[in-house]
Order: sequence, then C-alpha cells, then structure tokens
Amino acid sequence: MSTVAAPAPPVRKKTPRLRSRTEGVGRLAALLLSPTFLVLGLVVGYPILSAIRLSFYGQPGVDPETGFVQEGQPFVGLDNYTAMFTGGEGSRFLNALGNTTFFTIVTVLLETVIGVAMALVMHKAFFGRSLIRASILVPWAIPTAISGLLWNFAFQADGVVNAFFVPGDPILWTTDAWQAKVAVIVADVWKTAPFIGLLVLAGLQVIPAEVYEAAKVDGASPWKTFWRITLPLVKPALVVAVLFRVLDVLRMFDLPYTLIGAGKQSVETVSMFSFEQAIKFNNYGLASAYALALFVYTAVVAYVFVKVLGADVIGARAGRK
Amino acid sequence: MTTASTPQSAPASVEGGVATKPAPAKTRSVTAGTPIGRFFTYVGVAVIVIYCLAPFYWMIVSSLRRSTDTFSNDAIPSPASTQNYQDAFASGNGFARALLNSLIVAGTTTILVLIVGTLTAYALARLEFRFKNLALGIIITTSMFPVITLLVPLLQLFTDIKWIDTYQAMIVPSMSFALPLAVWILTTFFQQMPYELEEAAQIDGCTPAQAFRKVILPLAAPGVFTTAIVVFIASWNEFMIALAVINDASLKTAPVITSQFTGQFGRDTPFGTIMAAGVLVTIPLVVMVLLFQRRIVAGLTAGGVK
Repeated sequence: MSTVAAPAPPVRKKTPRLRSRTEGVGRLAALLLSPTFLVLGLVVGYPILSAIRLSFYGQPGVDPETGFVQEGQPFVGLDNYTAMFTGGEGSRFLNALGNTTFFTIVTVLLETVIGVAMALVMHKAFFGRSLIRASILVPWAIPTAISGLLWNFAFQADGVVNAFFVPGDPILWTTDAWQAKVAVIVADVWKTAPFIGLLVLAGLQVIPAEVYEAAKVDGASPWKTFWRITLPLVKPALVVAVLFRVLDVLRMFDLPYTLIGAGKQSVETVSMFSFEQAIKFNNYGLASAYALALFVYTAVVAYVFVKVLGADVIGARAGRK
Repeated sequence: MTTASTPQSAPASVEGGVATKPAPAKTRSVTAGTPIGRFFTYVGVAVIVIYCLAPFYWMIVSSLRRSTDTFSNDAIPSPASTQNYQDAFASGNGFARALLNSLIVAGTTTILVLIVGTLTAYALARLEFRFKNLALGIIITTSMFPVITLLVPLLQLFTDIKWIDTYQAMIVPSMSFALPLAVWILTTFFQQMPYELEEAAQIDGCTPAQAFRKVILPLAAPGVFTTAIVVFIASWNEFMIALAVINDASLKTAPVITSQFTGQFGRDTPFGTIMAAGVLVTIPLVVMVLLFQRRIVAGLTAGGVK
C-alpha cells in the first residue's frame, strides 16, 4: 500500500482511437469478466443445476432376474425430499440439521465474544504487535483437517485435556455423545476466534482517536464507551466477519470428520451426511437433495443477515477506496 | 508514554483497514495511561499468544517424543526422538508423494485463479460499466455456497467422464472457492491504487488495456503476491474435495493421507506419527505466515473471508 506512490513509467504514444471511450470500456470489461464467469459457470452454476436435476432421481435399482445393478438412475419425483422428514434417513437428516444449527449458534457466539475481546487487547497492545499478529495467524493457517487430528489427540482419554482439566476422572471426549459436541466446539472456537479478532481489529483501527477523547472529556466510563462508541463503530466490520463465520460453520465438514469421525450421530453435520450418501452409498439423488436443502438454508441465513443486520458485504469494499 | 493528544495525526494512516507503522502513536493515547491498564494489557497479550500457540506447540512436542511416551504430558520431550518423522515418511505411507500432490494441486489452483482473477478484479475496481455491482455481487455470492452442494453433482460428472483419480478433479472444484476469494482481495488492492496513474498513462495516449498492462500490473505485484499466499493456503488446506474424488493412494493430498494413517500394530492409532505429519503439512504455511504476516493480514482484512 505504501509502495504505490511511484511515478508512472514512461509509456509510448499511440494514435487516438476513433470509437467512443465508453463503448471501448464496456467491451473491455466484458472481455475481462468473461473468463471468471466462464469458470464460475462451470464449477458453480452447472453443479447447482445438475444437483436440482439429480435430486429427483433415486439409486440405480437391481434387476430382479439377473441380480445385476441396472443402468441409470430411476426417476423418483419428490421422494428424496419427503425422505428428509420420514423414516430413518429422515431422522438422521433432521439430527444433522439440528447439529449444524447448534454448532453454528454456539461456536459463532463464543468466537465473537472471544474475538472481540482479543481485538480490544491487541488494539491496546503497545509492544509485541508482530508477535501477536504472527501467533494469531497460526490457528488460521493450520489446515482444519490437521487441527481436527491435533484435537483428537489432545482429547484422548489419557490425553492432555483430561490431564489438565479433569484429572482422576477422564472424560471420553471423542466418543459419540455430548462431549464430542464440546470437543468440536472447542476446536472450532480455537481456530477461528483469532480470525474474528483480526477482522474486528481492522475495524477498531479506523475509529478516530478524537471520538474517544470526546467521550473521555464527557466523563464516559470505559464500559459505556465500549457499548456506545466502540461496538456501534466496529459493527459493520463485525457483522461481515460474523456472516462469513456463520456461512462457514453451516458447511462444516473437515473438523467433525477428522476429530470425531464419519457417521457419529452426535456431531454429524448436513455436509457430512450428504457426503456419506454420495460416497458410501452412491446415492447421488438423496445426497443432492440434502445438499440443496443446506444450500437453501445457507441462502436464507445470508439473506436475513444482509436484510436484518445490514451486512453490507459489497459496500464494505466499495466505500473503502 | 506520552498521553497527550497529537492533533495533527489525521486518520490518513489507517486506510485499507490496516494501520501502518506511524498510526499507533495516536490510537493508544486514550488507553495505555494507567499502570493497571498496562498490566492488564500485558496479561491479555500473554493469554492471546498462549491461546493461539499452545495447541500447535503441543503438536510439535508430541511429534518429537518416542512412541512409548506419546501420552507423556511433559512440556519438553525427553528424550527427544525423530522416530515419528521417519515413520511418517516410511514407504508404506506415501507421505512424501502426498506433499508433492498438495503442492501440485494448490500451486496450479493458485496460478490459474490469479490469471483469471487479476483481469476481472481490475475491471471491477477500475472500469465504469453497467451491472458492475451485480457482477461483483454474483462473484461474492458464489463463494458462500456450501461446497457439498457443488461436490455431489461434480462427483457424478467426474465418474462419468473418468476424472476420478486425477489432479484436475481436485483443481477444478477448488476454483469454486479460490476464484471468488482472489477476485475479492485483488479488487480491494486495485481500488487502493491512485487513479492518477491511469490518468497519466491515458494522457500519454494509452488505452485502458495498455494502462493496465504497462502501468497497473507491475505496481500491483505486491497485492497479487498477497492474494497468491492467501489463495495458496486456502487451497492447501482443502480437504473434502480431495477426500471425495481420489481413491488412488498415490494421488491423495497431504491432509487426506495424514487423516488416514493407520497403526502398524492393529488398532493402535499412531498419534506420534500423525502429529509429525501434521507438523510437516503445517510448517510451510507457518513459515509463510511468519515471513509475510503483514501482507496476509492486509489480504485477509481486505477479503474478509476464510
């Protein structure tokens, strides 16, 4: 950012173009945008449409006479959608949806509180700024799958968590029950609270010192200053950070998968259940229906964030020149 | 510590969300005053650093223990042993190959995404045209889609066109999250560059395309580099796609291989070896973080994602 002030290098003269500038700019923009939209059309647009089609098809049947698996998938209409709410698959799906929602609410709440606290401390730190910055990036940089393995080790019966916090009566964290949920929450909060802290810190740094000085002159307590000045002013940065965390937890997969394991009911998320249906049972139709349900759920949450909380995702960039 | 306010410290130094060096002098003036406040800041900083580093430290020390004292709780391994690292690279695991695979997949994804994303970001940041906000909105929205929704149909497609067990089956879906990330960060960087550069170039007779190629692109190199680091880390950490589209052990990426290590003796999970492999998968990223921390923070706060 500080390096951009260099003078423009000399540029060769060209004869002026005849066509109007706006037309040229429009054409250039289309040219520059088209590769991105081509790629996104292929890796995002096509799969979404294909998932909608697939969700109306079932598993390939077995020919009753030969016993061979039949070619192609049979059309099953809305069966995959009704299966979300009925039978054993339905209860597993609803359980996965409940887990996903639970993880989203609990982890994001904890991360926000811890992240804001971290940002406030970092903002006041007058020493070791680069040490803090480097350490805060470490949890972010560790691959989620690896951090799942790390926490799996720490949460073993004779692991370090039990040794430190529940000596004598070890808890079996990584088995399939409420404690597995706790393990996932701890691991996720550890990895992402610093990230929220980083984004909130960026928001804090653009608050002019004069505002605080005015509050001090008016005799505002630190508590009041935080609630009346700091929080409202970092709200735009915070809301966007929280939105991204929410969207990220809604699709959570790596962490429960490597920390607890596939097929464990207590931590199974919608992504994991859909993944299992596709990979293990080749049931692409059902897997697509689940994945689309998650997609719609995510879209609704994002919409609510933008409308109700005013998460200004694009404006945050445009206004920041 | 001077607590006096310095009126001439205008907010100019904090643009882009990341305060550059001169800024702290004024922002701290409000708070760092009392000794008690300073004490709590010291404690807070210590807590943050321990919070962030302790689990990673535990992974490192655990990887350096002998397999017989894997569950030792000593803060320093004694005696230290590199046995776990040798085991991680044992020929049966294919771990060295997995690191190479990760490098190929993350590297190719990063390069492709930068080529495509730089052009688009420039247009979004600098050119005035209709539907600009719509285009930016669509690109950002795609990054919010759950990867599983894209993966299931792609899995079926890749099965049909025989792409299972190929690098492109990992690279192509990874672009779905890497490309919006790159476009977004790059757009912010381009917006931060002064308009006068292009104006000067265009007064000298450059077309917008020439202004981009000859003036903007060379000066945007630091921003492109930052984006490359962030995108590379995101692609290196990708797990679900690589897990789904690869069955052949020789093509698996390092995080996937590490999660599938099994013990040599029946049901024992080789935790020491897994920790060693985990350290090896993470070290390249931690080195990048240490070298380029300021850039990465700038990139992350610009992009606000992942």
